[in-house]
Amino acid sequence: MEGISKDKFRKIGIDPSSNEAMARPRVGYWQDAWRRLRSNKVAMLAIVILLTICIMTVIGPHINGFKYEEVDSSKINLKPNSEHWFGTDELGRDVFSRVWQAGRTSMIIGIVGALISTIVGSIYGAFAAYFGGKVDNIMMRIVEVLTSIPYLIIVIIISIVTESRDIGTLLLTLTLTGWCGMARLVRGQMLQIKQQEYIMAAEALGVSPWKIITKHLIPNSLGIVIVSITFDIPGYIFAESFLSYLGLGPQPPATSWGALASAAQQNFIFYPHQLFFPALMIALTMLSFTLLGDGLRDALDPKLRQ
Amino acid sequence: MGKYIMKRIGYMLLTLWIVVTITFFLMHSIPGDPLAHMAKNLPEQIKQNYYQKYGLDQPVIVQYGKFMKNLVTKGDLGESLRYPGRSVTETVLTNAKVSGRLGFQAIAIGITIGITLGVIAALNRNRWPDYLVMFIAILGITVPVFIIAALLQYTLSVKFELLPTTGWGKFKHTVLPTIAMCFGSIATYGRYMRSNVLEVINQDYVLTAQAKGVSPFNVVRKHVLRNAILPAITILGPQIAGIFTGSFVIERIFGIPGLGSYYITSINDRDYTMIIGTTVFYAALFVIAQLLVDLLYGVADPRIRVSKNSK
Repeated sequence: MEGISKDKFRKIGIDPSSNEAMARPRVGYWQDAWRRLRSNKVAMLAIVILLTICIMTVIGPHINGFKYEEVDSSKINLKPNSEHWFGTDELGRDVFSRVWQAGRTSMIIGIVGALISTIVGSIYGAFAAYFGGKVDNIMMRIVEVLTSIPYLIIVIIISIVTESRDIGTLLLTLTLTGWCGMARLVRGQMLQIKQQEYIMAAEALGVSPWKIITKHLIPNSLGIVIVSITFDIPGYIFAESFLSYLGLGPQPPATSWGALASAAQQNFIFYPHQLFFPALMIALTMLSFTLLGDGLRDALDPKLRQ
Repeated sequence: MGKYIMKRIGYMLLTLWIVVTITFFLMHSIPGDPLAHMAKNLPEQIKQNYYQKYGLDQPVIVQYGKFMKNLVTKGDLGESLRYPGRSVTETVLTNAKVSGRLGFQAIAIGITIGITLGVIAALNRNRWPDYLVMFIAILGITVPVFIIAALLQYTLSVKFELLPTTGWGKFKHTVLPTIAMCFGSIATYGRYMRSNVLEVINQDYVLTAQAKGVSPFNVVRKHVLRNAILPAITILGPQIAGIFTGSFVIERIFGIPGLGSYYITSINDRDYTMIIGTTVFYAALFVIAQLLVDLLYGVADPRIRVSKNSK
């Protein structure tokens, strides 16, 4: 201390007017979540993979000049080569274009299916939680009965009855009971939040019910809903691939990853590469969504983190 | 408890009735004629006889009443439209035996291996056994069962000729389908048990046991495993459902004459009575399995029993 002269120090005092000022910009819930997600390398890799797959499903079918439904009887069951990057199938169609065209169907079914079931389920669940009592009881009984019907059986029955195999019908059948899980989730979350102290504080301070719903109930249950969407998407892609395998999926010339894989599975012993690419795409997508869901859960709900 | 069981059985019957009714009316609302394929070239009189035989000349509601009466009083689901003279109930039961054996094997093996792997992974957290188990679990969740089945067939039967690719009858025929089917259960149970054990391991009673000098093996066996395994019963229901859906695909790939492959055949044949019958059977199995799982959970966990009694 002796080496430092006194005049290097100076009194700065306290400015009472800046007492309440914030030292740093405020970090909101979403910013905080995004920061945590960004530091999660696995989740970021999953996002990159998913974005790549999404972009490829848009431009992929046009890259190498072969149309996905183009049949060429002189080039049947080729191995991957410089012309046909992923080889050709038993009708001489280019597998590269087909994989991305199929990805379009699968991704649409996955994402739109999850969104539909989320919207329907959230509204239903929020409704039940909001009204409570008898309404809640009856609504939840209906969900209970619906979920105890085997899911795939409903889907199969409906797709036999409708006889139509376009994406719209597929989505309808897949989401018919798919929203029940979300409804339960949202209802549980809403009921839990409704009893928290800060809601009571808001009510005591005279905040209007509408504002409580939009400012507290919805934002606080959004995290769990987003996580659930990321886990729902692969579920729908999986269900679609099952249906396609059973011949109840999109019909030619339309195709999906499940349809490609089930077609390739029949001559897998002779041409394993035909199964490899659609299977790889399904696995990559499922894996990425699962890892992203794990990452999002950690990011959005710090309490769950270990 | 008795009142609770009665209530649950009531709901179960309600669910079943809804499923039967919906399926029945959906099947009868399909445009076209279920007998079209066989009645097409027949003279009018014979056609009429056929319709009378299956009761198709009556209004749907009468058919429904008759169907329900037969189902409730005799357990009779009618007769196959595609293969005259074949009783649906009998066919379903014969095929269900095959599927049941396979499903039971798959669930038993899947749960045992899954739980073991999950515990091993949790006890070796962030070391190589953990990463290996998690890798297997992720594979099991992300790869569709028919791709796993195709890979198994290709490696074990075609390349190394260890096991037959398809067929049914001997034990060796059940090996590959069982492996393919239990893969999903292993993955789910492995992941689930891992997180359960990790949760339990941090509890105070585990610390107490360790402090009292209980051997590591006994800590795991008596304190960790007992508490970690309880919640695992709840996912038994979805697992059983998964085995059902898996059986559709697996039985088809391995050429097993089970209920799943029969269901798919009757769908492709548009054999309506068969479809209704099999659906009813599946739904019943599923609902009963769910009920059993719920009851089992109540028996295994005293806390739940208490909260239910106090209601």
